[in-house]
Amino acid sequence: MSLFGILYQFSDSFTFLILAALGLAIIFGMMGIINLAQGEFIMVGAYATTIIINQGFPYPVGILGGALAAALLGFVMDRLIISHLYQRVLDSVVATWGISLVLSEGMLQLFGPSMQSVSMPLGSVSIDGSKYSVYKLLLTLLAIGVVILIYLLFTKTEFGRKARATMQSRDISESLGVNTKAVYSETFVIGSALAGLTGALYAPTMTITPTMGNNFMVQSFVTVMCGGANPILGSVLSGGVLGLVNSTLSVTISAFFGKIGLLIITIIIIRVLPTGFTGLIEKTGARRRR
Amino acid sequence: MRWKNLLGVLLATSMVAGSLVGCGSANSALGGGSADAAEKDTIKIGSLEDWTGDYATIGIQKYHAAELAVEELNKNGGLLGKEVELVAYDCQSDTTKYQEFCKKLVQDDQVDVIMGCMSSACREAIRPYIEENNALLFYNNQYEGGVASHNVFCTGTIPEQNCEVLVKELLDQGNTSFYTIAADYNFGQIMTQWVDKTVVENGGVVAGEEFIPLGTSQFESTIQKIKDADPDVLVCELVGTAQASFYEQFLKSGIEDITMASTVQIVQSYDHKTITAPALGNMYVTGGFVEEMADYSDAAKEFVDMWRAKYPEEGGVYMEGEIEYTGIMLWAKAVEKAGTTEVEAVIDALESGEISVESAAGTVTIDGATHHAIKDIFLILCDENHELHVENEIDAVEPYWLRDELKIDLRVESPNKQYTPIDE
Repeated sequence: MSLFGILYQFSDSFTFLILAALGLAIIFGMMGIINLAQGEFIMVGAYATTIIINQGFPYPVGILGGALAAALLGFVMDRLIISHLYQRVLDSVVATWGISLVLSEGMLQLFGPSMQSVSMPLGSVSIDGSKYSVYKLLLTLLAIGVVILIYLLFTKTEFGRKARATMQSRDISESLGVNTKAVYSETFVIGSALAGLTGALYAPTMTITPTMGNNFMVQSFVTVMCGGANPILGSVLSGGVLGLVNSTLSVTISAFFGKIGLLIITIIIIRVLPTGFTGLIEKTGARRRR
Repeated sequence: MRWKNLLGVLLATSMVAGSLVGCGSANSALGGGSADAAEKDTIKIGSLEDWTGDYATIGIQKYHAAELAVEELNKNGGLLGKEVELVAYDCQSDTTKYQEFCKKLVQDDQVDVIMGCMSSACREAIRPYIEENNALLFYNNQYEGGVASHNVFCTGTIPEQNCEVLVKELLDQGNTSFYTIAADYNFGQIMTQWVDKTVVENGGVVAGEEFIPLGTSQFESTIQKIKDADPDVLVCELVGTAQASFYEQFLKSGIEDITMASTVQIVQSYDHKTITAPALGNMYVTGGFVEEMADYSDAAKEFVDMWRAKYPEEGGVYMEGEIEYTGIMLWAKAVEKAGTTEVEAVIDALESGEISVESAAGTVTIDGATHHAIKDIFLILCDENHELHVENEIDAVEPYWLRDELKIDLRVESPNKQYTPIDE
């Protein structure tokens, strides 16, 4: 296999992990809510995208529509359910698990067990004597773009400052005039939109079914767990390490060992680094400053 | 320390999830089974299929087929002068549900026969119970073969029928090297063994194989390895909706000149309708039935029309739906021959070798020695537009493996176990 081939395998694995985890990481990191319906938000995004593209609209419109549909759903869910559960981790788990069941079974009732999927756009390209899917390459670029965008959103904007302040100390932020409820709401909608975007981007590569969200769950949870408290830095670092392990084992042995390896490395990481990659970075950063 | 909580919470929820789903199911039964089973004024057929969950595409088809078969039986005056009743439960693609509802069908509903099971895992989960209670199970589904049980009849296509025909036909076309990717559980592994065995015995070359974990939806590493091996034929024994994602990714990887082959795709869950063309273009499949055979034979057309009239909304009727229907008809024939629904008498009738049905998929006969079916196998080509063409028909393919290679005769003695080529 060529060097580019190896890089391609890694970036494919990395992209999947990052995109699967980002929405969950932001909602968890910022709000302390474990969204077990993450997979179903991804599924909703994929359905919306597929329906829109099947209506004859171009792919970018469909993908945007997928993200918006999930954002809208996130907004409704936040108003109805999540807003009553801010800071209540265990309750939010049960509630979001319930939401996930309602969404997947509801989709089954609405659209049946499967739906005509859309094909992957953009064909293939020949690099170094071997062919690769252009869309999969584009996905990696898009994933990096999304990470940069989210980084800018949380570091360079008014909303980002308020969100980070709320994350650090809700009470002090409130006393300084930050509407933390609004911040939580907006964060949840952003997380939902990211999940929807993931579904939208992967919709052309997958079979569209009400249970398709499950395909993302394990990857997204292990990535967030290894990442630690900082949703962006943590996701990127753990996506990188886990992606490397997963792609290396998948290519050299088999997809089965790739999956096993992903879980074993997760166990090792949370044993050695109980605060995840973010904790490690913060610790070394603090040491250097001393 | 939140992420530590996250781990704990995940574990806790998965446990709670398991237990909650467990207790929720007790009242999810929909069957019209009356409690006074003692009176036996009707003949009862039990059905265990998945209406929801991962296997729903096939499960709903099979459940509908059972409904249709019971309706037809009653239209023609029932069985032994009695009305036939279907007692059906949704097993939710969950093996433990099969065990639970199987007990319910046998103990509470006291059905005369059970039709059902989709995956081999659920069949093996209920088979011991069926045997201990001397009940009767018709497993109407393609599977990896090898079940030798006094109480189980398998009417679906098995490897010596579909795998052998598929590989031999493709070798005849001039292909030599075969690469197999298969779902990583007993079905996929045993099917792969059959493919490899048939390839080697007939002068072909095994270029490689990979087993894919169930639920895998991203395939770039698998595609890379296929690229490196560069085979003539790629045999795909992928199972479940997630794994069906492979084809679109394979198509867009730019690989050409590899003929695809399968015994699972298309014939089982009409993937050519759910996957956008031309991802399955140039794929050969072998199996018992596809609804497109309506253009091929009158019997098929009659069956498909009957299905369409009753289930116009449904995606279609394919191999497993058809064989569920035919399985019920085979059992009904045996009941008529036996003159009773009593299990031993019906098994005797089925073992006589005289129970045969003219189905939409041709003549199907129960082979007494193996409890499997002698049936016609069709080689079907899916073209670039995802239209299906019957390329060849091989009549009366025998389920020979248990009988000829393992010397098993269930009429004489039943080992009540599943044999696999792996234990040989």
